[in-house]
Amino acid sequence: MNNAIEAENLEKTFGGQVRALAGVSFTVEEGTVFGLLGPNGAGKTTAVRVLTTIVRPDGGSGRVLGHDVVSEAGRVRSLIGLAGQYAAVDENLTGRENIFMVGRLNHLARDVCARRATELLERFGLTDAGDRPLKTYSGGMRRRLDLAAALVARPSVLFLDEPTTGLDLRSRNDLWEMIEGLVDGGTTVLLTTQYLEEADRLASRIAVVDHGRVIAEGTPAQLKADLGATVLDVGLPDHAAAVAAAAVLAQVGTKPPMVEGSSIELAVDDGPRAAMEALRILDAQAMSPTTFVLREPSLDDVFLALTGKRTETETDAEALPEDGTHGRGRGRAKAGSPTGGSR
Amino acid sequence: MTTTTQTAAVETRAPADNAPWRPDGGSRLGWAIADTFTVVRRNLIVYTRIPEFLFFSTVQPIMFVLLFRYVFGGAIHPPGGGPYVDYLMAGIFVQSVAFGSISTAVGLSEDLQKGLLERFRALPMARAAVLTGRTTADLCRNIFVVGVITGVGYAVGFRIGAGVPAFLAGIALILFFAYAMSWGFAVIGLSAPNSETAQVMAFPILFPLVFASPAFVGVNSMPSWLRDFATHQPIGVVVIATRALTEGGPTATPVFQALLWCVGLLIVFVPLAVRQYRRRA
Repeated sequence: MNNAIEAENLEKTFGGQVRALAGVSFTVEEGTVFGLLGPNGAGKTTAVRVLTTIVRPDGGSGRVLGHDVVSEAGRVRSLIGLAGQYAAVDENLTGRENIFMVGRLNHLARDVCARRATELLERFGLTDAGDRPLKTYSGGMRRRLDLAAALVARPSVLFLDEPTTGLDLRSRNDLWEMIEGLVDGGTTVLLTTQYLEEADRLASRIAVVDHGRVIAEGTPAQLKADLGATVLDVGLPDHAAAVAAAAVLAQVGTKPPMVEGSSIELAVDDGPRAAMEALRILDAQAMSPTTFVLREPSLDDVFLALTGKRTETETDAEALPEDGTHGRGRGRAKAGSPTGGSR
Repeated sequence: MTTTTQTAAVETRAPADNAPWRPDGGSRLGWAIADTFTVVRRNLIVYTRIPEFLFFSTVQPIMFVLLFRYVFGGAIHPPGGGPYVDYLMAGIFVQSVAFGSISTAVGLSEDLQKGLLERFRALPMARAAVLTGRTTADLCRNIFVVGVITGVGYAVGFRIGAGVPAFLAGIALILFFAYAMSWGFAVIGLSAPNSETAQVMAFPILFPLVFASPAFVGVNSMPSWLRDFATHQPIGVVVIATRALTEGGPTATPVFQALLWCVGLLIVFVPLAVRQYRRRA
């Protein structure tokens, strides 16, 4: 297998202070989906901007299909497609005109551009909206159109920078299906995301990025093996009760439980069975939980497992119009007393 | 036999559908022109999508025509002694394209803000096409604006004094000047933090150049230091040359000076704009 993308020790500092990339290395095999997973400001987008020739790295090197992103930038540009979280398409143009324009700027013949536009609009369910200005599109439609435009010249390597951030669940699912379709076609995809679920579903390998560094890399299964397949969140009336319950519930989890405030977080293998057992134990101890939730592990959990600390959910910088419940934070006070179980 | 032909047909179609279609041939200049054309087309489509913009970019010049023709005109006695409206129109043309070039700054700044220029950077297009495309589209808009103003001027009594060829040469000069100004404002658009700022940055540069000039009044009543500035700064020089071409009078020296200014502006601002584009986008 050849490598479609090679990042070697990429470094980038903005304005002499903000160290966006502090030596990022990874390789992506041809025909696979690689996920860069990390919180806001981890350096994912900068890595994509370097590899798509938009910014030059300060150090290290990047290659796409064997071509250097600095010295052979022109060649690289003709091989890649880029769709990003900001859906940088012209909102005064129609969907069709946008795809046509990107096709022309990729130096495709007019008739090819026109044909591709029709094809892509249909493939992304935008045929009816194709001749309307983008202003009238919903967020999900814009992302789909952005993706369609990125595909107009059939790029061998596609970069997707947080393709579903800020989208509702249904649009996200639609987009996921479309991305999966691409991969079946053999396109190499580099995807950045804040959602473990997204990386898990789409990527065959994941690199977890934090503060401009790769802090872990592996298949989704390897990364999740550390976490347990499912997380059980149990809430109790107060902290003392939580600590007591954590002690008796420890046997159910694959790892020692975490106590934060009055709630317990427990990594478990077989979700439903573990839940029944946990309830049985709590019942036998005459403890009654106030909340009891089974959920998929989130990026937050991955971080916790890897770094021992939660993701720094910055509220100031680029506050995204996000759900705030999906994936990471669960609306729980982050400053809860980390008297953490027996960790 | 039939089978063979069919196979051949399928095979010839297959690469066209699956292989990358990007032609690597073609000259760089050829692609740069094609890319410019694509960007021009995009910008012109945007203009047609916002007809209000096109409409209001002619309203202000028309109001100036009416203001100076009917409100101030009676009190102004042009140096040459002819009808004021004939004197006025050269000033109006130059003023309109000068203020119109602010839209180059605003448009580029908006594209920058929206991330569109960043996307362009990841495409295999000619780098300069973003700028040549924008300035050329603004040239097209200026042709439209100048056409409308000529019509309005005609309606309020403006008559060509030096023959149609000279008048058309004057229009060509104004458009060339407008194109050069657009590059200057491209630099501002790419330097400003956002489009609103680009707009307010442009105004104080243009205001003194437009009004401290022979655009609307003769320079004889100005203090001598101001008179020297008014007759040598680019807008003043272009107004004098345009007036010579539209109203009549000696043309060789003023037109030469005006062309010199236009070329000079391009020599300075094109590289600056390209540099700023590389930096910002």
